[in-house]
Amino acid sequence: MSLSEKEFLELDEKAKEMRHLILDTVQWAGGAHVGGSLSAADILTLLYYKYLNIDSDNPGWEDRDRFVLSKGHIGVGLAPFLADRGFIDRELLKTYNHTGSSLGMHLDKNKVPGLDASTGSLGHGLPISLGMALAARQRGKGYKTWCLLGDGECNEGSVWEAAMAASHHKAGNLIAMVDRNRCMMDGSTEDVMALEPFADKWRAFGFKVLEVDGHDLRDLAEAMETAMEEGDKPTVIICHTVKGCGVESISGDYRYHYASFDPEKTRLFKEEISSYHQKRREENK
Amino acid sequence: MAGLTYTILDATNMSTAEVYGKALEHLADNHDNVVGLTADLAKSTKIGVLAEKHPDRLYNMGIAEQNLFGVAAGMASAGLVPYVSTFAIFTSMRALDQVHTDICYQNLNVKMIATHGGLSFGQAGSTHHCTEDIGIMRTMANLTVVVPADGISAAEAVTAAYSKEGPVYIRLNRGYDQPVYDTSECRFEIGKSIELAEGSDLTIIACGVAVYRAREAAAFLRNSEGIHARVLDMHTIKPIDRDAILKAVHDTRRIITVEDHNIIGGLGSAVAEVMAESGKACAFKRLGVPDTFSIIGLHEDLMAHYGYDVNGIAAAVRELMKMDFEEDDDWDDEL
Repeated sequence: MSLSEKEFLELDEKAKEMRHLILDTVQWAGGAHVGGSLSAADILTLLYYKYLNIDSDNPGWEDRDRFVLSKGHIGVGLAPFLADRGFIDRELLKTYNHTGSSLGMHLDKNKVPGLDASTGSLGHGLPISLGMALAARQRGKGYKTWCLLGDGECNEGSVWEAAMAASHHKAGNLIAMVDRNRCMMDGSTEDVMALEPFADKWRAFGFKVLEVDGHDLRDLAEAMETAMEEGDKPTVIICHTVKGCGVESISGDYRYHYASFDPEKTRLFKEEISSYHQKRREENK
Repeated sequence: MAGLTYTILDATNMSTAEVYGKALEHLADNHDNVVGLTADLAKSTKIGVLAEKHPDRLYNMGIAEQNLFGVAAGMASAGLVPYVSTFAIFTSMRALDQVHTDICYQNLNVKMIATHGGLSFGQAGSTHHCTEDIGIMRTMANLTVVVPADGISAAEAVTAAYSKEGPVYIRLNRGYDQPVYDTSECRFEIGKSIELAEGSDLTIIACGVAVYRAREAAAFLRNSEGIHARVLDMHTIKPIDRDAILKAVHDTRRIITVEDHNIIGGLGSAVAEVMAESGKACAFKRLGVPDTFSIIGLHEDLMAHYGYDVNGIAAAVRELMKMDFEEDDDWDDEL
């Protein structure tokens, strides 16, 4: 079911707010993975404010939905959501990346309530998610396991090992999402190590494949709801996104994988984000 | 050992891995959260025994070890107790990033039961030998590392691992091991070595397949040459039994370590670290694979070739017995 107008406006406002908080956190950190955090922000907004069945009063709740951030380098993109949802103290964000902080560049599940897996080395999240999904079936639990991968991450063989195993073991309760922002550290995905035909690859590995504009909240929500209808196939949602989405001056620039900025730059970037969301609301998507 | 009734006769009729398979089946009978995972080695590692009674609890991940250990981590974080079996070389090297980051870093309750350790798959050559795993695995924080001496102690270790919260690595051999224990003799406790022979002339500290050889060598030397060697089964490499090592340094002033592993990084190194940090040195010799990729051959022949069969151990003992030490009057005060 598509988002109502009210829901759309609320979620869009939340996405804007979170993009602002991500930029603040990058600045407090003295530098962090900003590009891929902004490309994933709409996906995370829908997960954390609409679809994930989680409880900040009981982060270890056995029946909660699982979410694994396989592209673990965007801890700075996830921590603001965990803070805003009440899993961690919002003030902690100001210590991000600081010596001795519980919030490091790659988040540690044993230090961060609400985090289901410690990730950072790429290609690990989908196998872990598959384990969680199979455990749900083994234990008679109805929770879903969501996994957000980077597209460059899909160069890793372990992603495809897990994909093969997920369809073989009919993990219909597993939903992979790929933040397809087409950028890697050294350039565009297609220049560094071509992924296309990307959807065909997932299909060939036995996945139900959905493709969607990862910044269109309505389409994204629809895809997530389709993915939640359990069959005997795992689902992947390929989310076509823009690295640095929201900050016009850095959008689509792979060099903004990791960046640091001063308070003035942060202020300007936040203004760009506000304009971006304003425009998005006018276009109603 | 809780509930298990294998006798020395059963153990001699089963390979070490088969005893493991039975022990795992027994654990699964009693604990719903036990599952098994393998990467197309259900038969070779004997984890496949689990499926005879519990077919829905054995997951074959195909020949894909990275995914194998990642899935196990996910299962453990969701409340299962996965036992994962593939060869030692693939556990400790092919999937090490997953073992490190997904299992040890997250301190998850995954039990890695690796078979074909050391040179036990002798004719397969260095692609399947594993003489580095103890060194690698003992540097993983949170991980317990166990190298049982025979089938009975393997079953004990596998059972004890269930009760030990957190990741555990247990290294087994391919095929049959000479029995060292029967059920009444083996008092297995993680982190606590077992003294198999008393002695004050020298201590032989061994793990895994070397334990039987150490005990045989000690018996031979006692009976034929009057040398009284203490023998310790140092089955747990981490956390190592510091007290037993320091006692050996103090009591016997001569130590030989024996392991089916590169002499760098394994049991010998672990013992040397304890000794060096104590400030009390003694005559010391490490036996094992001498930092080389092994020739191929039968396991027994390879151990003889590299000097850690019964004869090799005996020869090293005689050599070490020639070394004298000055008495140190302060010893008793400081221990």
